[in-house]
Amino acid sequence: MAEMAAAGEEPEVLFWVGCAGSFDDRYKRVTIAFVRILNHVGIKFAVLGPEEACTGDPARRAGNEFLFQMQAMANIQVLNGYNVKKIVTACPHCFNTIKNEYPELGGNYEVIHHSQFLQGLINEGRVRVKDGQSFKGRKITFHDSCYLGRANKIYEAPRDVLAALDADLVEMKRVRANGLCCGAGGGQYFKEPEPGHKDVNVERVQEALATGADTIAVSCPFCMTMMSDGVKNQNREDSVRVYDIAELIAQREGL
Amino acid sequence: MEIIQQILFVAALAVTAWYITKRVKLIARAINLGRPEDRTDNAAERWKTMLLVAFGQKKMFTNLLVGIMHFVIYAGFVIINLEILEIILDGVLGTHRLFAPYITPVYPILIDVFEVLAFGVLAVCVVFLTRRFVARVSRLQASRHRELRGWSVPDATIILTAEIVLMIAFLTWNASDSVLRDRGVGHYGELQGVVPDFIISQYLKPLFAGFSDTALVAYERGAWWLHILGILAFAVYVTYSKHLHIALGFPNVYFSDLQPKGEMQNMPEITKEVQLALGLPLTTEADGSQENDNGQQPAEVGRFGAKDVHDLKWINLMNAYSCTECGRCTAACPANITGKKLSPRKIMMDTRDRLEEIQRGWQTHGDDYKDDKSLLNDYITAEELNACTTCQACINACPININPLDIILQLRRYRVMEESQAPASWNAMFSNIENNMAPWKFSPSDRFNWADQVNESVTK
Repeated sequence: MAEMAAAGEEPEVLFWVGCAGSFDDRYKRVTIAFVRILNHVGIKFAVLGPEEACTGDPARRAGNEFLFQMQAMANIQVLNGYNVKKIVTACPHCFNTIKNEYPELGGNYEVIHHSQFLQGLINEGRVRVKDGQSFKGRKITFHDSCYLGRANKIYEAPRDVLAALDADLVEMKRVRANGLCCGAGGGQYFKEPEPGHKDVNVERVQEALATGADTIAVSCPFCMTMMSDGVKNQNREDSVRVYDIAELIAQREGL
Repeated sequence: MEIIQQILFVAALAVTAWYITKRVKLIARAINLGRPEDRTDNAAERWKTMLLVAFGQKKMFTNLLVGIMHFVIYAGFVIINLEILEIILDGVLGTHRLFAPYITPVYPILIDVFEVLAFGVLAVCVVFLTRRFVARVSRLQASRHRELRGWSVPDATIILTAEIVLMIAFLTWNASDSVLRDRGVGHYGELQGVVPDFIISQYLKPLFAGFSDTALVAYERGAWWLHILGILAFAVYVTYSKHLHIALGFPNVYFSDLQPKGEMQNMPEITKEVQLALGLPLTTEADGSQENDNGQQPAEVGRFGAKDVHDLKWINLMNAYSCTECGRCTAACPANITGKKLSPRKIMMDTRDRLEEIQRGWQTHGDDYKDDKSLLNDYITAEELNACTTCQACINACPININPLDIILQLRRYRVMEESQAPASWNAMFSNIENNMAPWKFSPSDRFNWADQVNESVTK
C-alpha cells in the first residue's frame, strides 16, 4: 500500500490479510489462494503488509477494551492515512470488527468478506470455474462462521461460491442462523476450553461427518483450525479435508 | 345477597389493583437500577420488530407445531380477556351477562369464539405439561439444567395448572348458566331466547342434569367467582413469576438491540483515555459523558465493565424480568451442549434473582439498603463467563430478543480491566497483541512473508 500511495495510485480494494492469514501456516495458503484469484482476474489491490496490526477483536471479546481500542485507533490512523475506502478480508472476525465496530471510532469503510467478493467475481463472470480440478459428484458441506452468519447475516454468499463448483452441497443439521459454533470465538481459540464432557469442535465435526461429505468448507481462519483439529480427533484426516472457499475456487480454476 | 357480592367484588378488584401497582413500582425501580441508555431511536424499525417478533411471535415458529400451540395460548389470553370486561362490569353492577341484550346478534358469536379459544388453551396447557413431564423435553428438565432446580419447574406447573383450572371454570360456568337459563331459574331465565347455548359448553350441560336448582346456582356462582378471582390472583402471581413475559415481552422486544448481533458496544469512557494516550484529538462523540434523563452528568464515574446489576444497562435488567426460562438459548449454546457450566438462561435467571434479592433488602431494611453481594461471583462464576464463544446463538434463539451475551461481556470486562483476572493464556494473548501486533508471538516484520509464496507479484 505504501508503494502504491507513493506512486500516487489508488487500489480498487485493500486486502486486509489478518493475523491468521499472515502467520498461521495453514491459513497462509488461503491468503495465497485468494491473492492468486485476485491476480488472475486482474484486480488492482493492495495490502498493508507490516503496517497491518491485529484488529483487537480477541482482546475486546475477552474483556480487554483498552487493548482493543489501542489497536483499533492505530489501525484506523493507518487506513485513514492511506484514504482507504474499500476493504476485503478473508477473516469474519476482522470483517465484523472493521465493519461494525470501527465506525464509532472514526473508521468508515466499505467492508466486504472474501465470500461476497468471490460471489461478485463469479456473478460478473470474471472468475471462470473451469480448467482445474473437477468437483462433480463430490460432497461438500459448509460450516457457517458465527461472525459471518449470525453476526452479519451472510449465509448465501459462501454457498453461492460453492454452488459454482458444481459439487454436491450437503447441509448439516444446524446451519445458517442455527449454525453451531466451531468453539473458537470469544477468545476461546487462545485458551484451553473450560471443563465439559466434549470439545465444541468435536461436536461440530461429528455433525459435519454425518453428512457424508469428503470436504468441509469454511470461510474463517479459526473455524479452519477448529474443524481441522476435529477431523484429526475423529481420525478422518485421510478421507475428509477442510478447505476455505477461496482454496476450492482456486483449485477449480487450476491456480 | 347481591349487594354483598358486589362489595366483595369491588374489594377484590381494589386489593388486586393496589397490589399490582405496588409490584409494578418495585420492578420498575429495580430495572431503573441499570445504567441509562437511549433505546428510543429508530421508532419505525422498533415498531416493526415488535409487530413481527412480539405480536406476530415470529421466532416462536422456528418449531412450527410449538409455535402454533403457543399462539393459541397467546391469542386465547388476549381475546378471552375481552370477556373480563363484561365479568368485571357484572361483578360491580350486580348484573348478569350485561352486554347480551345490547348486542344480541353478535353476543353468542363472541362467546363461541371465547369458548373455542378456552378449549384450545386448555388442550395446549395439557400438551405443555405433557412435554415437561412425560415427553421430557430436554431443555425443560431440572435433571439436566441446574438453574431449573429452584422455583422454575414448580412455577411452570402452577401457571399451566392455573390456566387449565381457569378455562374449566369458564367453560363449566357457561354450561351451568345455560342449564339455569333452560330451567328458567330466577334472573337466569330472563335471557331465555336472548342467549342460546354456546359452541363448547353445550356439550358439558349433561354434567349438570342431576343438579338441583340450588346446587346449580351454587355451582354457577362458584365457577364465576373462581374464574374471576383466579384471574386476579394470577395477575398478582405473574409479577413474581417467570410468566411475567406476557407483559414485559412486548416492551422488551420494542427496546431490543437493532445493531448487527456481532457488534459489541463501545465504551466511550475508554475511547477518551485511549485518545489521550495516543495523543489524538478528542472526538465529541467519545467524550465519555452519558447524560441521564435530567441532562446531568452521572455523579460518579462508573467502573469498567459490570460487577453487579447496577453496572449493567437497564435493558439487561428488563431482559432478566422478561425471561420466561424456556431455555432455547441454553439448548443452542455450544458451551452448554458440550457440558460446560455456562448456560445463557442461568445468566438471565441469576440477574433476576440478584435483583429480587436487592428488592427484598429494600423491603426489610429500607430503601437505602445495600448488601455486600454482587452478581459476579455470588451468582455467576468466572468459569461460566470464560466458557462463552460469543457465537450469539443464544440471542438468535430467544423468542423475545433477550441478549445474555451482552451481560457476559460486561462481566468479562470487569474481570479483566478492574480485577486483572483474565486466564493466563489470555494475558499472554494480550501481551502478544500489544507487543507483536498479533495474538501470537510472531515478529511484525514477518507479516508479509507469505507473499514470497504467491509466485506472482503483489504490490506492497
